Amino acid sequence: MKLTINGEPRELAATTVAEALAAEGLGEARVATALNGDFVPAALRATTVLSPGDALEVVAPMQGG
Amino acid sequence: MPVFYGTEVASPLMLGTAQYPSPAILAAAFRASGAGIATVSLRREAGGGQDFLRLIEGLGVPILPNTAGCHSAREAITTAQMARELLGTDWIKLEVIGHTDLLSPDVFQLVEAARELTAQGFRVFPYCTEDLSVCDRLLAAGCEVLMPWGAPIGSGLGLANPHGLRALRAAFPDVPLVVDAGIGLPSHAAQAMEMGYDAVLLNTAVAKAGDPVAMARAMAGAIESGRAACAADPIEPRDMATPSTPVIGKAFLA
Repeated sequence: MKLTINGEPRELAATTVAEALAAEGLGEARVATALNGDFVPAALRATTVLSPGDALEVVAPMQGG
Repeated sequence: MPVFYGTEVASPLMLGTAQYPSPAILAAAFRASGAGIATVSLRREAGGGQDFLRLIEGLGVPILPNTAGCHSAREAITTAQMARELLGTDWIKLEVIGHTDLLSPDVFQLVEAARELTAQGFRVFPYCTEDLSVCDRLLAAGCEVLMPWGAPIGSGLGLANPHGLRALRAAFPDVPLVVDAGIGLPSHAAQAMEMGYDAVLLNTAVAKAGDPVAMARAMAGAIESGRAACAADPIEPRDMATPSTPVIGKAFLA
């Protein structure tokens, strides 16, 4: 289905947040996720189902002031 | 040393992790500064996040994640939730930006976000203005520390409203206060500490200096001097001269 991941359009077979992360090569990375603006805790990624057009944000700690 | 939400930190210098010429210089600047807290942001993972995580966790200081760049309470709350999971801390430097040119706080959404985050168990460090009413609202929302700006982020202007910052210190003598943003020189940081502020948060002044490591050391020295001066009970300024040399005993030579 068509998704947006970190602002980039994607066409993925993934049906959950966990599968989308794995498809992006971030299955093992220390990241945090938000779906359509709402936080998705790591424990809920495997059961959080994606819908076409969803926007997934995947973040990590970066330089900041 | 400052105590934030029951945790004493090792230094009143809180240092940001952005804009250094290299990761090695960042690490060296932290060592030279003896900073008590390191601030970080959350950004889209594009490959560099995992190395950066190892770098900051290797600094050996508590990490304070921020919500930099958020323009609404909702964005800031979601960012805080992600930061708590990633970094295992309920500390959050809450920034809700109101104006792009000044990067000034949107104090209305700031209070709203602070209230909600406190209800969710966060320990909120709000980036705010020195307005007494806003600070009152933040305390009522559950904040136990306040971080008024010195001047706009990255400007290096120092303390733009020292009278307001002094009034804030006097109004809330028991609340940990941090000057956050606007520091350009060690003298600015010393001035904040001389006023009785508990800590100073800065980033650009060190990271963008020609020699960040030397500037980190200079900031640490200034902050320590300012803190010691405040503890030493400075004299009150006055408009007229008062002789420091005794008048009595002066020879009559006219």
